[in-house]
Amino acid sequence: MSHLDIELQQLKAETIKMWTLVNLQLSKAKEALLKLDKDLAREVILGERRVNAWELKIDRDCENIFALFNPVAVDLRFVLAVLKINNNLERTGDIAESIAKFVINVDTDFDKKLLEITRAVEMYDGALFMMEEVLEAFDKLDTALARKAFQQDEILDDINVKVNTVIADYIKNHPENIEPPLYLISVIRKLERVGDQAKNMAEEIIFYIEAKVLKHRSKAEKKKE
Amino acid sequence: MYKIESKNVDFFYGASQALKNINLAIKPNTVTALIGPSGCGKSTYLRLFNRMNDLIDNTKIGGQVLIDGDDIYAKGVNVDSLRKEVGMVFQKPNPFPKTIFENVAYGLRVNGITDKKFIEERVEETIKQVVLWDEVKDKLKKSAFELSGGQQQRLCIARALAIQPSIVLMDEPTSALDPISTSKVEELIYELKAKYTIVIVTHNMQQAGRVSDTTAFFYMGELVEYDNTKTIFTNPKVERTQNYITGRFG
Ligand SMILES: Nc1ncnc2c1ncn2[C@@H]1O[C@H](COP(=O)(O)OP(=O)(O)O)[C@@H](O)[C@H]1O
Ligand SMILES: [Mg+2]
Repeated sequence: MSHLDIELQQLKAETIKMWTLVNLQLSKAKEALLKLDKDLAREVILGERRVNAWELKIDRDCENIFALFNPVAVDLRFVLAVLKINNNLERTGDIAESIAKFVINVDTDFDKKLLEITRAVEMYDGALFMMEEVLEAFDKLDTALARKAFQQDEILDDINVKVNTVIADYIKNHPENIEPPLYLISVIRKLERVGDQAKNMAEEIIFYIEAKVLKHRSKAEKKKE
Repeated sequence: MYKIESKNVDFFYGASQALKNINLAIKPNTVTALIGPSGCGKSTYLRLFNRMNDLIDNTKIGGQVLIDGDDIYAKGVNVDSLRKEVGMVFQKPNPFPKTIFENVAYGLRVNGITDKKFIEERVEETIKQVVLWDEVKDKLKKSAFELSGGQQQRLCIARALAIQPSIVLMDEPTSALDPISTSKVEELIYELKAKYTIVIVTHNMQQAGRVSDTTAFFYMGELVEYDNTKTIFTNPKVERTQNYITGRFG
């Protein structure tokens, strides 16, 4: 294996580690939200530092590869994709942190029925699922799997759009309890952003891989993949 | 209208075929880079454009090479005037054992120009064109061998330009130069494009990326891929090209 191949492989392994960490942050924040577990929420906030450290490391590694190896073609596309995915992951990490902060700030008598009627839990599961699937697509170079993210994202968008009326109704019926539903709306908006990030990452994966499907290769060769 | 066209070009050294059915068309005022592993036929192909291969015994060409639409291998073509039209710069700077001035004036004299003032003006103009004037204006009477390698190479480019060709061929023009001289020559190539059509053989992938508009990848006498340089270096269509430019040539 060439020196560049080794560097690229390491970069991929680092990206997968960061991605796994971000997914863990998101699922911990979900646990914290469902159980209103403020300790777990604090753990997520601490974990954000590690996400940031990974982001810096991956950024620096990309920069070094550009400077030292002048990657071209598929190698160039890979490093470019990682650079952007890294950015998307960092933002997703921020979202997990801000959900954790919400858990810390919210009153403990938070009406959990709100999570049901706004479909927040369903949305959260959808966002997590997307993140897992796109990660797998990245690991296995599977563009069909990456493409699934586009449909999934539409489901999240749909929930996000419908939540307005649900919250409006809730507020009408519980005029004494306005703050929690408003908080929750902001969580839902954040989950919608997670869907967007996952979709962006899916696009990067397709960009990196599909240009690799070379026009002049025989069909048999393509099938082998 | 293309400046250079090659149609179904084959080339043989004796019985061995060095080029196989090369089709390629080059627009005027562009830089075309020829890349590929050693022995793939780049230099052979380049030398077809000024009929330098004619000087090698027992060679044979098939197909057509057109410059400005005319077949340069047709009967009755004047090879001397063709070579005036198509200048060439080589890998190793090869100044003549003459003064700096005479190196550039040489081509003019060979072409029968005797007007002293005209020659002086043209020499100065050409040396300025290759951005060498400030470095040599006080030692024009000195031997060209006193110049550094990079300066010699720019002098050789000036020598090629003095007779005002419309095409300049360069065969690995910077492979013997240090990085600073290399970047000077690259800058020069970029500027010369406004006046000339340039074809350059290079082993330096980054150089091909920096100086050329189109890139042709040769492999074992065949033209594998020819496209915009940007496309070749970001998204080549043929796997063999990708393996070569990413350094995974097995
Ligand atoms: N003067 C020559 N006589 C015989 N064979 C030659 C001569 N010049 C080149 N060749 C052969 O033609 C092929 C292409 O060579 P060349 O055009 O020099 O390749 P490149 O410039 O890509 O390295 C090689 O196999 C080489 O050995
Ligand atoms: Mg050669």
